Amino acid sequence: MSTATLAVRPPSTASVRRPAAARLAWLGLSVVLVLVLMAASLAFGTRVVSVDEILGGLSGTSDGIAQAAVSARIPRTLLAFLVGAMLAVSGASMQAVTRNPLADPGILGVSFGAALAVVIGIAAFGISSPYAYIAFAIVGAGMSAVFVYVVGSLGYGGMTPLKLALAGAATAAAFTSLISAILLPRVDVMTTFRFWQVGGVGGATWDRVALAAPFAVIGVLACLALARGMNTLALGDDVAAGLGENVARARLLGWAGAVVLCGAATAVAGPIAFVGLVVPHVCRLLVGGDYRWVLPASAIVGAGLLIGADVVGRVIARPDEIEVGIVTAVIGAPVFVWIVRRQKVREL
Amino acid sequence: MSVATLVAIRQRRLRTRTAVVAGLTAGVVAAFAASLMVGNTFYGPVDVLRVVSGQAVDGASFAVGDLRLPRATLAVLAGASLGIAGVTFQTMLRNPLAAPDIIGISAGSATAAVVGIVALGLSDTAVSFLALAAGLGTAAAIYLLAHRNGFAGTRLILIGIGVAALLDSITAYVLSRASEWDLQSAMQWLTGSLNGATWASVAPLAVACALLIPALLLLGRDLSALRLGDDTAAALGVRVRPTRLLLILAAVGLLAFATAASGPIAFVAFMAGPIAARVVGSGGSLLVPAALTGALLVLVADLVGQNAFDNRYPVGVVTGALGAPFLLFLLVRVNRSGGSL
Repeated sequence: MSTATLAVRPPSTASVRRPAAARLAWLGLSVVLVLVLMAASLAFGTRVVSVDEILGGLSGTSDGIAQAAVSARIPRTLLAFLVGAMLAVSGASMQAVTRNPLADPGILGVSFGAALAVVIGIAAFGISSPYAYIAFAIVGAGMSAVFVYVVGSLGYGGMTPLKLALAGAATAAAFTSLISAILLPRVDVMTTFRFWQVGGVGGATWDRVALAAPFAVIGVLACLALARGMNTLALGDDVAAGLGENVARARLLGWAGAVVLCGAATAVAGPIAFVGLVVPHVCRLLVGGDYRWVLPASAIVGAGLLIGADVVGRVIARPDEIEVGIVTAVIGAPVFVWIVRRQKVREL
Repeated sequence: MSVATLVAIRQRRLRTRTAVVAGLTAGVVAAFAASLMVGNTFYGPVDVLRVVSGQAVDGASFAVGDLRLPRATLAVLAGASLGIAGVTFQTMLRNPLAAPDIIGISAGSATAAVVGIVALGLSDTAVSFLALAAGLGTAAAIYLLAHRNGFAGTRLILIGIGVAALLDSITAYVLSRASEWDLQSAMQWLTGSLNGATWASVAPLAVACALLIPALLLLGRDLSALRLGDDTAAALGVRVRPTRLLLILAAVGLLAFATAASGPIAFVAFMAGPIAARVVGSGGSLLVPAALTGALLVLVADLVGQNAFDNRYPVGVVTGALGAPFLLFLLVRVNRSGGSL
């Protein structure tokens, strides 16, 4: 029996195996939805523009205000696409390697590790280049991810969702207080940091898109390559080892891919919570529990969620904007509560 | 083990406990006295005593009577409230990490206060009331959301974490819209500070302490029984659900009043219990030792923050810098050993 024919059940979702046609249909539908949302993201904002003007902006003319607005929205849309896909794939991989339905870069405190590293970088080393931000954020994310993971799996019973979430929340609380201890005497850094902290794609430029793109491509491809290993991991370590999977290696690589993705995404867009949590759960409902389907679906739906949330944030408080991180938190927290309420107590 | 040895062990434990509680009390008194004497100008014990007893002393009457005395009183009351409320949650949920700071019980007050300061431009008193109402509301919401086929501590913790994440992002959003001036006062409020201490701001907290701390102490025996698990507690004659509700109400009330007066002083609610447990040793109620430890922590942290550096740091920065490594240390320990205080 090959791994592909095993019904893979992630811990939380009672996954049904869906026929390939249904999965393809859902995947296709999500792609269409993302395209529609991308168009909406170009069209809506503080100023609504017409189709002609969008086409004009896309073809590079920026004669009127409208076309200029459109060409400013192009990198923003692309950045939202990338960040959403990165966070969702990162969350899905974390949920796979930890076999934990509540794994999410935000909940696990990984984003705060990235934030702390960036703040230390700004305050102590005076970093200002975006590359340095990304480097610090990835190192910080990686270190806190390893820490939370190790601490959450110590002791009796191994890693439970409760232990992992508490370890993440406690680490996040500790990091937050270290961050404010560093920031409080430095008003200038505080001002820079608070905008970064909200989590947004508002200031997107082509540079930032170009910065995020290689990390996104490498990270997503690495996670996709591991999808089969994630499927076996979902069966439990013993079964996975019995099926010939190198458990430690698969877990390490999946974790590394997830950390690179969420570290880079956090560096370009600030900490955005709940995308990595919500999207994989939705995708499992759509395409079943097979990670070879869940991961690409997560990438697409995650991109769609972030673009959609960005559009909503732009439209809802015109002429002001609500950052995308706030919108995703408002959408995501109820889903988180719903997932927790669904679980049986002993599974927590 | 014979009965005699058991009795001997119990007596020894009781003696240690009494000694420790006496020691903590002495520490609180000493720190209180120190924070009345030390400051920009040093006043000797004689001057301080005369001010406290109501006599007019040149200079000292204002510095000690109007500034330091309310500040130190607020430190004691807020510290004791945070400590006793924190240990109540930690004991009830059987997890030292389940302190109110971490599971979101205080997040509601913080968000409401930031909204009040930044968006509504409210006065200090109004901010306090808003923080109080929001703190109680958040706690109620978390409690109700966690209730499904009965109560489960694990679910309460997880839902608290989720709700806190939502509230934190709202706080971050409001802060990003704040003017520089509001930002500073909001950040200061968020880390917890005793700077605004006046008798008017201390009074509501004092009333809350006078009512709710005795209530918690009365429930202390039932709380110890709840630690053994709901079924065992019920078998021991504890009416589990009303007791738990009362405990939560009293603890959240203390927490909300303390937060309204001084801001959520970082990690005091979390640290007091585990430190007290280490000092007192296992067995017996931790409520009184935790309250004393909390008061001592806030007093000492404020002394350090005010006097030890060139810059004056609000008390929350000191407790936060102290608490963060302690939290990580405890995290490792708790998960390794399975989680008693």
